[in-house]
Amino acid sequence: MESIAFVILSALTLACALGVVLGKNAVNGAMCMLLCLAGIAGLFVQLRAFLLAFVLILVYGGAVVMLFLFIVMLLDMQGGQPWRFRRAQVVGTLVSAALLICGLNLLTVRGRLPSPVPPAAGVGSSLSYYAYQLFTTYMLPTQVIGFLLLIAMLGVIVLSRRHRDPADS
Amino acid sequence: MTPSLNAYVILSAALFAIGFLGVLIRRNTLVIYMCLELMLGAATLALVAFSRFNGTEDGDIFVFFILTVAAAEVAVGLAIIVALFRLRQTIQVDELDSLKR
Repeated sequence: MESIAFVILSALTLACALGVVLGKNAVNGAMCMLLCLAGIAGLFVQLRAFLLAFVLILVYGGAVVMLFLFIVMLLDMQGGQPWRFRRAQVVGTLVSAALLICGLNLLTVRGRLPSPVPPAAGVGSSLSYYAYQLFTTYMLPTQVIGFLLLIAMLGVIVLSRRHRDPADS
Repeated sequence: MTPSLNAYVILSAALFAIGFLGVLIRRNTLVIYMCLELMLGAATLALVAFSRFNGTEDGDIFVFFILTVAAAEVAVGLAIIVALFRLRQTIQVDELDSLKR
């Protein structure tokens, strides 16, 4: 049962990721990305990371994809070839594909990943665990992330102001 | 029958590869950005799978941080793209080649 769900979710995720890469229209790409994120959230649920699935949908689906759609709407960018195949791209694609295939081959042939511990029933579901960890073990990263968000907010405000050309005034 | 860790790792590698392909071959900066997000999603999937199969939850906390950083990154990046579009009237990467000349 879980295997079937895994196959369906992973097929959805990969197909929608391909849709982002191969689709000509940026709006379709954003929609495909939304579906792809839904697939990832489903996989999170299967891994019993319920809260992360919720946060993923909330942050990515609610905020990030909306922002992308908004920017796509704002900027008019029709026309032109959507892909580019120059020598650098082709060489990069081939080299990374070869590396990927070698890595996956090694993984399947002689990989010694930890033997599958079936996820414990209660693990991953408690919000209080996350909160406790965030405010004890990961206190410093949490504060750093808070500063990062503040700096990002200020940066966006500065970037989106219309700069007056000093030559004009 | 639960899917094995190998299946999750292979899936996330494939997702990362698709995102990387998009970064390589697309011309539109916005779509390149979406593909970057896909690569981040692949990394989070691998983190959650590894932490779950190891019986810990530390990976989940890191995924929290990754989501936060990704949100901040998207906000700043899209602001840069909009500023770029205001300045140059285009966001196709081929035409943004001032540094090459």
